[in-house]
Amino acid sequence: MAKVLMKGNEALAEAAIQAGCRHYFGYPITPQNEVTAYMAKRMPEVGGVFLQAESEVSAINMVYGAGGAGARVLITSSSPGISLMQEGISYIAGAEVPCVIANIMRGGPGLGGIQPSQSDYFQATKGGGHGDYKLIVLAPSTIQEMAELVQQAFHIADKYRNPVMILGDGMLGQMMEPVDFDILKKEENKIEEKPWATTGKGTRNKRNIINSLELDPQILEKHNIEIFKKYQKAAKEEVRYEMTNCEEAEIILVAYGTIARVAKNAIEIAKRENIKVGLIRPISLWPFPEEPFKKTKDHVKAYLTIEMSMGQMIEDVKIAVNGQKEVYFYGRVGGMVPEPMAILEEIKKIRGKK
Amino acid sequence: MTVVFQKTKGLTDTPFHYCPGCTHGIVHRLVAETMEELGVLDKAIGVAPVGCAVFAYEYFNCDMQEAAHGRAPAVATGIKRVHPDKIVFTYQGDGDLAAIGTAETVHAAARGENITVIFINNAIYGMTGGQMAPTSLIGQETLTTPYGRKPETNGYPIKMCEMLSTLEGAAYIERVSVYDVKHVLNAKKAIKNAFKAQINKKGFSMIEVLSSCPTNWGMSPNEALKWIKDKMEQYYPLGVYKNTLEEEK
Amino acid sequence: MMEMMKLKQVIFNENLCKSCELCVEACPKHIIEMDKDKLNVKGYHPAMIKEENMEKCISCGFCAIMCPDTVITVIK
Repeated sequence: MAKVLMKGNEALAEAAIQAGCRHYFGYPITPQNEVTAYMAKRMPEVGGVFLQAESEVSAINMVYGAGGAGARVLITSSSPGISLMQEGISYIAGAEVPCVIANIMRGGPGLGGIQPSQSDYFQATKGGGHGDYKLIVLAPSTIQEMAELVQQAFHIADKYRNPVMILGDGMLGQMMEPVDFDILKKEENKIEEKPWATTGKGTRNKRNIINSLELDPQILEKHNIEIFKKYQKAAKEEVRYEMTNCEEAEIILVAYGTIARVAKNAIEIAKRENIKVGLIRPISLWPFPEEPFKKTKDHVKAYLTIEMSMGQMIEDVKIAVNGQKEVYFYGRVGGMVPEPMAILEEIKKIRGKK
Repeated sequence: MTVVFQKTKGLTDTPFHYCPGCTHGIVHRLVAETMEELGVLDKAIGVAPVGCAVFAYEYFNCDMQEAAHGRAPAVATGIKRVHPDKIVFTYQGDGDLAAIGTAETVHAAARGENITVIFINNAIYGMTGGQMAPTSLIGQETLTTPYGRKPETNGYPIKMCEMLSTLEGAAYIERVSVYDVKHVLNAKKAIKNAFKAQINKKGFSMIEVLSSCPTNWGMSPNEALKWIKDKMEQYYPLGVYKNTLEEEK
Repeated sequence: MMEMMKLKQVIFNENLCKSCELCVEACPKHIIEMDKDKLNVKGYHPAMIKEENMEKCISCGFCAIMCPDTVITVIK
């Protein structure tokens, strides 16, 4: 199946199926509804399960059960729905159950809007639920990349026995681009054995238990420490980022997802006015890539973080830059999208500063 | 020499943590005996609630998952959809099933989810120290109804069997109790019917068990059993509320 | 008849007993009582049947059916 023109939401669903996911639980919410419609059609074709739950609270707990029973399982929603799932996600991380969760972000807070946004960055990367846990968060900027990251997400979830989040936005979900699924097939697609899953004791002599309850503080502390060893490993092995034109860049833009593409346009326009601008594009939002900042903070004048939010990723950029260079911010919110010309204005303002 | 009664293999060796005389212990045993007698222990996957039975995964001798408060029917749905040939059951209290988990309960039944729900109705939140539950009776004194439950401020107790029996997806719904030997034996028969409904893929089954909470009711274990008979049974009539099982010939 | 009597047993796994006395109420022959001279590992007086009362036992198992802690095994 060579390139096919597909909506982001549908490519996300198809990639999951091609990665061996056979269980999807969801609930209607704009702007990710196409995922549910697509799964409702496709899952029966591959002998899989599509179930529309009565709420995202219920749906994420179905994911908990299915993942704990050993299945590759996907759930998608949009901002308010993801908020409803936070308790369940904490349980999933605490009980070390693998699953993939996609958030096709929309404007907030509250009911907000249905246009694209990146205002759930904190929720995704700092943990929206209770307790010390992390989601490995991957942010695609094209539909092809979304398909590839979804496939990798299942592998990473199984590898760490931890939920993995695909952080997209309404634009990415709704727009259509050519997608080549054949590339995915080269990816090693073996689904790991899950001896810990609740499949019914059968001839096993040990009972499998999926559980996050531990009333003994010493054991619960040890459990937390063990889980964080996984996160330290992920922080080494799962970092993903892209750098564009950063070598002699005077100003470096920092942007992820669809906004990185807007930033690239701004870089082209600036080039015409021979202003050297680069881009650091985090692909893994957690673990946040600090390497590209180490490589560039000596020669760059300043960083300019661009987000569809009031400024969230900028905090991680500041941590990475560690005060050695100025970090500025430009954002649009509520569904408004930053434009290349406006970004160029910000670049010029920064250059104007001594 | 014949053994009249001995501990079922359906229970692990972990002693119950329940208060003296708490009927959770009896119902755990009935569920475990049923699974052993139906030969499904190796195929069973149970879901424990949050409440006094939060440690149920330590007691049932089969694979178990611990659900968030109220979410057991959803967790069970996820498990059953992955393993449709396995026997999936939840064990839940009244706060878990009829308060925070009402939606999960109603929709698992509405979907005709092929799982078995064991619902312990002791008209109170036990683990947290005796608060009012959705099933607390009018006039019943609890930590959060110190002047007795009043309809005008605390509403009316919910009859889950009657409610769920209106749903097409419900295949077997019965309310039983365990306040004396006769009722314990009948409760076991009901639990067996519920598991049979699942084995025969009839759809959603639930057994509501009127149970005691001596500690939070402030009674002795035997007085508590009497209170079930005298008070609870009046408001919660025992009986079969839905039955799609063919009568065994 | 005497041999038959000897086979008859009601075994209490004393350390599991919580002295809730549901068995006392359930026994149709009223021969179960709490052992006031003994405390089990949990600090409860465990249930027991005095030797002389054993012959009244009809091995009905009601005590075991009502026991919430699987303390009792009944053999005849």
